[in-house]
Amino acid sequence: MFKGMYNWIDERLDVTPMWRDIADHEVPEHVNPAHHFSAFVYCFGGLTFFITVIQILSGMFLTMYYVPDIINAYYSVDYLQHQVAFGVIVRGMHHWGASLVIVMMFLHTLRVFFTGSYKAPREMNWVVGMLIFFVMLGLGFTGYLLPWDNKAYFATKVGMEIAGSVPWIGGYIKELLAGGTIVGAQTLTRFFAIHVFFLPGVLLTLLAAHFFMIRKQGISGPL
Amino acid sequence: MDHNQQHETSHKPIKRNEMTRRQFLSYTLGGATAFMAGGAIIPMLRFAVDPLLQKKAETAFVKAIEEKDVTKEPKSIDFKVHQVDGWYESDPKLQAFVAKDDSGKIFALSPVCKHLGCTISWSGEEAPNLYHCPCHGARYTKDGKNLKVAPKPLDEYQVKVENGWVYLGPLESNTRV
Repeated sequence: MFKGMYNWIDERLDVTPMWRDIADHEVPEHVNPAHHFSAFVYCFGGLTFFITVIQILSGMFLTMYYVPDIINAYYSVDYLQHQVAFGVIVRGMHHWGASLVIVMMFLHTLRVFFTGSYKAPREMNWVVGMLIFFVMLGLGFTGYLLPWDNKAYFATKVGMEIAGSVPWIGGYIKELLAGGTIVGAQTLTRFFAIHVFFLPGVLLTLLAAHFFMIRKQGISGPL
Repeated sequence: MDHNQQHETSHKPIKRNEMTRRQFLSYTLGGATAFMAGGAIIPMLRFAVDPLLQKKAETAFVKAIEEKDVTKEPKSIDFKVHQVDGWYESDPKLQAFVAKDDSGKIFALSPVCKHLGCTISWSGEEAPNLYHCPCHGARYTKDGKNLKVAPKPLDEYQVKVENGWVYLGPLESNTRV
C-alpha cells in the first residue's frame, strides 16, 4: 500500500531524485566503524543531532502542561512530573538530553579539531558549528530557569551577575536579559520565549547551514 | 528493497520462500529503528493524551438555598463548587435556576444553553415566562423544554433536600420533559 502511495506521488512530483540527494550518499571507509572501530568518533555529530531531535520533541510535549508564570510554573512542572502518565520520562528525556547534547557536541568538536577537519575549505562550517555551540549553551541557560525552583532561580541570578560583569555595558545586558532589575515574572516569560521560539529558530537555521555545507563539501579525508 | 525484489522476480521463475540477505537486513534495521523511535515517541503520546484518561472527579452535593426561599417562579442562585484543574485548584461559582413545580417538587436547571453553550436568563420583556438565550434567541419553558433554536432541553442538577436546605449535585439530562 505504501509503495503504491509512494509511486502515485512520485509519478506526479518526481521526488525520488530529491530523496536520493538527501539519503543516498557514500560513507567513506575511514568514517565507517564497521571497517575501523575507532571511526566511531565520527558518530558524535549525528548523535548530537539525534539528541537535538529528542529535545525538540520532548520540549514540544512539555509545553502542553508547562506555564511560564511565577505563580504556576513550579506547580505545573510538579503536576506534569508527578500526576501525568510518563511525565517523569518525558521531562527526564528533556532534562538528561540537555546535558547529553552538550557532551556530544563537545566530543564532536574534539573530533573535528583533532582530525583537522576545520581546515580549508571547511572553515565556515567550523564557525557555524561554534555558533551552534553558543546557541546550545543559551538554550541550556534559558531552560534552566523555567521550572522556577530554588536551583533555577539562583543559577539564573549567578548567570545575571556574570553577564553584569561585562565592562561598561554589563549593566545593560543584565537588565535586558532579566527584563527588569530583578529576576522575576518578566525574566521567566522572557526566558521562556527565548528558549522555545528565538533560539530554536536560530538553531534550526544554523543546523541547515551546517548540514548543507557538509553535504556540499563532503567528509574530510583520512588522517 | 523494491529494486532487489524486481530483480529477483524477473530472472527467477521458481518461487522462493527464503528471505534474501538484503531483506533480512532491512527488516532488522527497520525493526530496530522502529523500536527505538517507539521508545521515545510512545511515552510522549501517552503523556499528551493523559487528560482523556485521568479519572474524572465526582461532583459532590453543595448546599445552595433554603427550602423556604424556593418559589414557583424560577430563581437564579449562585453556589460554589470545588474544582481541581490540573495544578490549579479553585472554587468557581456555578449558577442554577431553582423553582418548585405545581406539585411542590423542587428542581434546578443549568443556565447553559443547549444550542451553543451561552448563558440563558429567565423571563423579561423579550420572552415573558420563558428562558431565553441572548446569543441566538433560543427559548425554553419553565421546565426547560426547548421551544426554539436549541436541539435539547436544559440540563438539570440533581437535587437533594435535607433539614430545610436544598443541595445541588451533578448535572444530568432533563428528566421533566
